[in-house]
Amino acid sequence: MQQVQQPINRRGFLKLSSLTSAALVLGFSAKAGQDILAAGDAATAFNLTPFIIIEKSGKITLMSPKPEMGQGTYQSVPALIAEELEVTLSDVTIQQTNGDPAYKGQVSGGSFSVRSNYLPLRKVGASAREMLVAAAAQQWNVVVTECYAENAKVYHKPTGKSLGYGDLVETAAKLPVPQSPTLKDPKHFKILGKNSPRPDIPLKVSGQAVFGIDVEVPGMVYASVAHCPVFGAKLLSYSDTEALKQKGVQKTVRFQRMLGGKNKYDAVAVIADTYWAAYQGRLALELHWDYQGNDKFNSKEYEEGLRGLAKTEGKVVHNQGDFDKSFEAAPLKLEAFYETPVVSHSPMEPMNCVAQWHGDDKVEVWVSAQGPDLVKGELSGKLGIPRENVKVNIFFNGGAFGRRLYPDFATEAATLAKAVGKPVKVVWTREDDTQLGPFRPMTFSALKAGIGADGKPVAFQHKVISPSLGATMDEKRNETGESSNMTEGISDQKYELPNMKNEYVFSPIHIPMAAWRSVTSSTLAFAHECFIDEMAVKAGKDPMAYRLETLLTKDSDCKKVLTKLKEISHWGKPLPKGWGRGVAQYEFFAGLAGYVVEVSIKKNNSVKIEKVYAVIDLGTVVNPDTVKGQIEGAMTMALTAAIKDGITFEGGQTVQTNFHNNQMVRINEIPPLEVHILAEGGTSIKGVGEPGLPPFAPALANAVFAATGKRVRRLPFDLNNLA
Amino acid sequence: MATFTLTVNNKAYTVDADPQTPLLWVLRDHIGLKGTKFGCGMSLCGACTVHFDGVAMRSCTLPLAAAVSAKSITTIEGISANIDHVVQKAWIELQVPQCGYCQSGQIMSATALLKQTPHPTDAEIDAAMQGNICRCGTYLRIKQAIHRAAELMHNGHATATAGAE
Ligand code: FES
Ligand code: FES
Repeated sequence: MQQVQQPINRRGFLKLSSLTSAALVLGFSAKAGQDILAAGDAATAFNLTPFIIIEKSGKITLMSPKPEMGQGTYQSVPALIAEELEVTLSDVTIQQTNGDPAYKGQVSGGSFSVRSNYLPLRKVGASAREMLVAAAAQQWNVVVTECYAENAKVYHKPTGKSLGYGDLVETAAKLPVPQSPTLKDPKHFKILGKNSPRPDIPLKVSGQAVFGIDVEVPGMVYASVAHCPVFGAKLLSYSDTEALKQKGVQKTVRFQRMLGGKNKYDAVAVIADTYWAAYQGRLALELHWDYQGNDKFNSKEYEEGLRGLAKTEGKVVHNQGDFDKSFEAAPLKLEAFYETPVVSHSPMEPMNCVAQWHGDDKVEVWVSAQGPDLVKGELSGKLGIPRENVKVNIFFNGGAFGRRLYPDFATEAATLAKAVGKPVKVVWTREDDTQLGPFRPMTFSALKAGIGADGKPVAFQHKVISPSLGATMDEKRNETGESSNMTEGISDQKYELPNMKNEYVFSPIHIPMAAWRSVTSSTLAFAHECFIDEMAVKAGKDPMAYRLETLLTKDSDCKKVLTKLKEISHWGKPLPKGWGRGVAQYEFFAGLAGYVVEVSIKKNNSVKIEKVYAVIDLGTVVNPDTVKGQIEGAMTMALTAAIKDGITFEGGQTVQTNFHNNQMVRINEIPPLEVHILAEGGTSIKGVGEPGLPPFAPALANAVFAATGKRVRRLPFDLNNLA
Repeated sequence: MATFTLTVNNKAYTVDADPQTPLLWVLRDHIGLKGTKFGCGMSLCGACTVHFDGVAMRSCTLPLAAAVSAKSITTIEGISANIDHVVQKAWIELQVPQCGYCQSGQIMSATALLKQTPHPTDAEIDAAMQGNICRCGTYLRIKQAIHRAAELMHNGHATATAGAE
């Protein structure tokens, strides 16, 4: 068998321990919250776990703290260092960090990777550059100002002579680290702000990129796990007689899947020589479950419960002015109820992990996950071993979308590896991935607006009724604590809405729920932005004009996004007969984006999406082409969530199993898309990966209304049958 | 168990495995070619697409016992020696992949399409590529890249320097 152990980049796996003592290393100090730079020789390097490693041979390694899951951080994050260090990404080795706290936060999530590192990592690069330049000046015995760095070399301007970084590293490593290095003027940027090729692309078009599922370690066995299909059932007994008869099956292990802080699910693993044998063995298991009444649970009743709860008073999460009185007195009143479904993450790479114990209390895992530090914390907590005894190797994630923030599959592999005393590779089936959760929760929304005779809003209320993702994972997180997560963004839109009172009504659920790309905004934006449209209609105004002129009298980024959308979509221009256009924007923790969608009516109550325009506001952009790709992806995912059946439960289990009944949109369903990026500077940088998701569904539904007069208030809806 | 001989990327392999083992797992776990991916195991997503005598086929539901009837099987590792198949070039030019997990399958479907239909229309691309899911949503670029590859081929670019086909 071929052994595949290299992490992310096959071009080289850097072993810190094998460094020569002359490597220059720079990084954040381990003191949390301080960006003090520190330098040293390899002995200290080992402790500092730095971002830049330059060896005497000239080899340069940049440490990349944010796992690549398709969002482009394998390029956009190291690019921040490379720009200031004056190296190109094709000349360096990029190495994923392993969760050492010296690298600070290493989780890809919240659309934070670039914006949280934009200045800190540029500073790291600039300090190293200044040290290398100073080292050259010292070696040549000239003044520093006569020297400059370019293409991994330092040049002496008057003579034109040069030295490579490898030749300078020994001297540079002895110099003091500049604490406030001079950052490059953005107008001299060679990488940042430009469409730069992503170094992972060649690996991904040739089958060479290594994902967690591709890892093999010597002596490894495979596990396929039978989890209880009904959430909350107990395993009474099982028989593995038939399973053990399967060729290649070694043994079975009874254990518990541990998800989040509180969920434990009985499970039986079949251990075998190959994946296929393990899976065949699993199919042959005979399992006896006590459903403990959980098989009574179904989506229909639960949703009916949410509708009932909508009539109760919730926890007030935002209150300004006097909603009740103003609504009562309003000349025009509007009320609407919106519903969204539970959906799955369904990254194309099913959950998997390889785990191996070294002795009794040290474990190593090879895994696709959204953060090495996250996996370290999870395994240390769940297995009861110190953090430093957990070694994590992170690989390219074959999609994640929030699912890989919950490394229950890593705990599973580690638990099984301990039980069998060998390295174990766990691979979930697509059915496991679809059925076992955690899922994105549904949110239902009850909205009310009072409108004055002049069309201006006088009262507004968005009441969210939903389970809480945090409360399904952790005892300590309850209704009160979760109310702000579950009402994400609804009180923060820039619209000038007086007398606003927003509420949250909590509904418990025993099924595990999780963050999903753009989290709660992924559903709340639909209700919020469609209702704003309803208000415009009630006020007798064009939805774009209503937003820009009535609701946004002051300047804001939101107004800029809508203004740009109006321009690029030629909003005022008449559309062909039977067409309609809709607009929506949403601003939340991850950032801000908006869409205009154009649809046309086809025969038999069906609607076709003709064209989509998107605007994302970033302030500063690192790789415009990556941003464009993220909008393409977010739109696609939003479209799937809007028009394909979501996840439902019957008899206590997930109804959907695989891609035939949990469908994803396919290539023939994707409309043409035009993306515009607003990057006009300013101090704040907004996120990229998630903002393109929330406003798509409402823009689509608003377009459907414009074309057909039919108001869609429930997701998913069928574009081919709007009757 | 039984012994089978397979020709994959112009190389003969002898594997000892259950005849019902899907080709996908034979490629990945017995032969060690990990570029072909597991996505659904039910011929629903296309992640496992390979060429069976030049025709795009899902390897996740093709038993080893049936796979041996192929004169040649080509996987993503076999389509070029230097990542220079026109489809790979177009994929790089348009920066198609995001997470990349579906892309081996996408590229195998696209290369099979172009071999049969050197200048596919959008509708032909839709028809040929509908079996390949990309959860990251790279469809728009896939479509552009297939047109671009067709153009490169038309302009006289060799398909690849040393592919298995
Ligand atoms: S894995 Fe074969 S089609 Fe999905
Ligand atoms: S690139 Fe991620 S699934 Fe296609």
